[in-house]
Amino acid sequence: MDLLLVLATPLAGALVLAFFGAHRRAPEINVAFSLVVFAAACALSVRVVMHGAATFGDDQFFVDPFNVFLVALTAFVGLTTALFSRPYMRIEMADRRMTSGRLRLYHAMYQLFIGTMLLALTTNNLGLMWVAMEAATLSTVLLVSLYRTPASLEAGWKYFILCGVGIAQALFGTILLYIAAEKVLGAEGVSALLWTHLDAVKGQLEPRVLSIAFVFLLVGYGTKVGLVPLHNWLPDAHAEGPTPISAVLSGLLLNVAIYAVVRCKVLVEGSLHSAWPSAMLMGFGLASVVVASFSLWRQRDIKRLFAYSSIEHMGIITFAFGMGGPVANFAALLHMTVHSLTKSAIFFSAGHAAQKSGSQSIEQIRGLATISPTVGWGLMIGSLAILGVPPFGVFASEFLILTTAMRDHPWATPILLVCFAVAFAAILARVQPMVFGDTKMRRLPHSPALVPVFVHLGIVLLLGLFVPPFLASWYHAAARLIGGG
Amino acid sequence: MKPIEWLTQVLEVGAALAAAPLFQGWVNQCRAWLQNRRAPSLLLPYRGLRKLLHKDAVIATNASPLFRVAPYVVFATMLTAAAVIPSMGTRLPFSTAADAIALVGLFATARMFLALAAMDIGTPFGTLGARREMMVGFLAEPALLMIVFVASLISSTTALPLISEHLATRALVLSPSLAFTAVAFTMVLLAENGRIPIDNPATHLELTMIHEAMLLEYSARHLALMELGADLKLLNYACIGFALFIPWGSATGGAGPLALAAAIPALALKLLVAGAVLALIETLSAKLRVFRAPEFLATAFLFAVLGMLVHLLLGA
Amino acid sequence: MPPIPFVMQLLNSLAALLLLLSFAMLAQRRVVTLVNLFALQGGVLCAATLLLAWRTGDGNLYLSAALTFAVKVLVMPWVLHRMIRRLGVYWDTEPLLNIPGTMLVGVLLVVFSFGLAQPISALASTATRSAVGIAIAVILLAFLTMITRRKAMSQVVGFLSMENGLFFGAMSATYGMPMIVELGVALDVLVAMVVMGVFFFQIREQFDSLDLDRLESHKGER
Repeated sequence: MDLLLVLATPLAGALVLAFFGAHRRAPEINVAFSLVVFAAACALSVRVVMHGAATFGDDQFFVDPFNVFLVALTAFVGLTTALFSRPYMRIEMADRRMTSGRLRLYHAMYQLFIGTMLLALTTNNLGLMWVAMEAATLSTVLLVSLYRTPASLEAGWKYFILCGVGIAQALFGTILLYIAAEKVLGAEGVSALLWTHLDAVKGQLEPRVLSIAFVFLLVGYGTKVGLVPLHNWLPDAHAEGPTPISAVLSGLLLNVAIYAVVRCKVLVEGSLHSAWPSAMLMGFGLASVVVASFSLWRQRDIKRLFAYSSIEHMGIITFAFGMGGPVANFAALLHMTVHSLTKSAIFFSAGHAAQKSGSQSIEQIRGLATISPTVGWGLMIGSLAILGVPPFGVFASEFLILTTAMRDHPWATPILLVCFAVAFAAILARVQPMVFGDTKMRRLPHSPALVPVFVHLGIVLLLGLFVPPFLASWYHAAARLIGGG
Repeated sequence: MKPIEWLTQVLEVGAALAAAPLFQGWVNQCRAWLQNRRAPSLLLPYRGLRKLLHKDAVIATNASPLFRVAPYVVFATMLTAAAVIPSMGTRLPFSTAADAIALVGLFATARMFLALAAMDIGTPFGTLGARREMMVGFLAEPALLMIVFVASLISSTTALPLISEHLATRALVLSPSLAFTAVAFTMVLLAENGRIPIDNPATHLELTMIHEAMLLEYSARHLALMELGADLKLLNYACIGFALFIPWGSATGGAGPLALAAAIPALALKLLVAGAVLALIETLSAKLRVFRAPEFLATAFLFAVLGMLVHLLLGA
Repeated sequence: MPPIPFVMQLLNSLAALLLLLSFAMLAQRRVVTLVNLFALQGGVLCAATLLLAWRTGDGNLYLSAALTFAVKVLVMPWVLHRMIRRLGVYWDTEPLLNIPGTMLVGVLLVVFSFGLAQPISALASTATRSAVGIAIAVILLAFLTMITRRKAMSQVVGFLSMENGLFFGAMSATYGMPMIVELGVALDVLVAMVVMGVFFFQIREQFDSLDLDRLESHKGER
């Protein structure tokens, strides 16, 4: 029931908003639907925490601690982003950057996007997961190019083509998986693509086919994760889309893509009995960290800056999942949570900052602390949090990842440390003048509603100081499911 | 060696020598019909040869011995090739002398002598023709080799008569790889024999001709041998095509004189049809500019490679 | 070696034809012809599916053949042709790599896919398993078409052709994916077409051209 609500609400929302998306009260409708989804997701998580994993609807849907945690996170960030987008889009309308037609498209696609991500997370069918991932891409493509500027069109086209090609590779990987599975499970019905069934027989799957399948799946879903060298679309899409979309792309879509990769890795590793899928994840992860942190120095656009930071963090998470084992998996899951929350908070503040200065260029944004202290401090604290300054949650997860790396793969530690330092210097050097620099602009009369920013950052701080026991046991359960190491 | 095999051999070489100008004449006649012209006599090539043989040869003063030798070499290699290619029967005593790859080498030898002789006098046209000829050959040879490889892969032997025999006697199958190579072979045939998309045998326009440009300095018996060599080459190519792609009708294995007797009209029929098709292709296509020739031959090569890949991939 | 049944010979020939069409698309510079070749590829795919359906008596395959025919032979080429006419894009500019070079890379890709297909066809139990290599080759060649083209239209045709390859791969290795997945994929592809159409008109509106070279250097990077 709660699962049905989780999946059906956004779709209903998309349908309703497709008609009333430009209505005066449309932002509130958007929030209301998101609230329902969040409530249902909470109910679902409570049930899974109490009773453990379960399958629904003839095994087509499936929740375990791993995905229900992502469902809750997705629903939560979906809700706060809807809250944030309410005043944000009002200002955009006032600035004439949005028209009512675009607003309708935005609202309908927002709900559809959340819905497809939730479907991708909860479906047990790897084929359906692919379909949902592709649908998630398609629903955001037109949002990225919403402003119809040359740059946003370029970004949208790149996003469409690169992710399209990537996801086609993933489809081929899925087909290969199906071929291997059919041998063991038989072609009767559709059980050969159900993850739980595959997981039960993963030891019997033909290893050579699975290793080829894994390469395709990793390249395919890795494109969506934004792993180097398949990351080209990500900075453009994040920089050019409306800010709420940047926030959900970075905070949620990347997580869902990683989720898909990890699900596949579990199967492949079970079949291969070798560590090379892990090694591949580690390699891709490390490459992303290195390239992204050094690219940070070249950024002049505030949203691009944080988009590269997202690539870096996705690299860290991928690397951690690659290392495997209870501690690294735990750290990766924690990092997914805190990264989502922090990065969306940063995008909220960056969006407001850009709105206030009328430009996304870092050089044009100056002295936020005097113009609008809430935005300025939100951006500053968010940046410190994402850079892993204690006592924020990012510090805790990065610390765990580093110590695990030091124990299991000492060669990687210096690389990671150097990259963290580079990223730290690059981001701080850009954020500091934006927040504290001199400005000729006067303090604006009304302060923006940035409750979501501080709620997110508050949770991140809390997770850094103390992970509540129910959450910890939940993470541990999820980490055990992923295994490896 | 059975006498029937010797008989086949002698018959083949004799028929090739006799029929080569006739085949050339037949192609010309078909072309004339398709272009709504009055067709020249079928026997025109023979008359031309007779006329040339009666004339006195004129040779440039600075010609080297190579220039004199070249026509004999070209003619001889083509005749040798005719002896190796199974056009009527597959049991040929001579065929052990050269397999399909050596056959490609034979053609290359003839080409080399032709080009060297063309450059020998030092006239600009000869050099120009020779260079173009070498360019075409350079591109056509790999394609031809690839075609031979595909056929060899299918029948696991490189001897042309055995390939032909295998293809003729196996169960009838749809073979995409053979279809691709057949297309490639047709393209190579057009290019190698100076037919229309690459060269025009009926033109003497300096800027476009290839083959004719190389023969400008030759006269009388030398020219006659060169032309007969070119006729033989066309016939040889046609017979290779039959051996690979329509091998049915020729006498295979230990077949008796009756099969041999049946093979003669079969060959004649094939030649009739092939000549008409060749003329049709030539009429329908336009001559390519010289620097487009590489693209044409690259396509032929691609078809041959595709044929091989498809064979490897599908096992068919 | 026992002789292969005639239906299989026909299927193999169709597979070879698919490969040939992929190469033709790789070499083609006229956008209209590219679309026609794509429609032809869809037709061949449809014929292969029908043949396989008839041989195996699998109802699902009949359905996906009908789906292929409707979507890839009728709707998409029609939409693409309409777009070409309305946008006036007829020729692609010179590709990034010259045509013989592209062909050579293409041949190498086919060899590579042959290697890749070996373990897969060894595992598959279908009669058409030898065609898996061709399917992989079609995918990779379509990928090559995409990355060597500059026009948005040619890239999209490459993308759709890649989907053809995927479909053929699924069909030859397992007689098709589960129906629900196949429907979902078809739906996604259709939606992608719509999105792409919207895009074309937006790009056209902004740039007065569909040349992707103009879509460059708007980035905020130093």
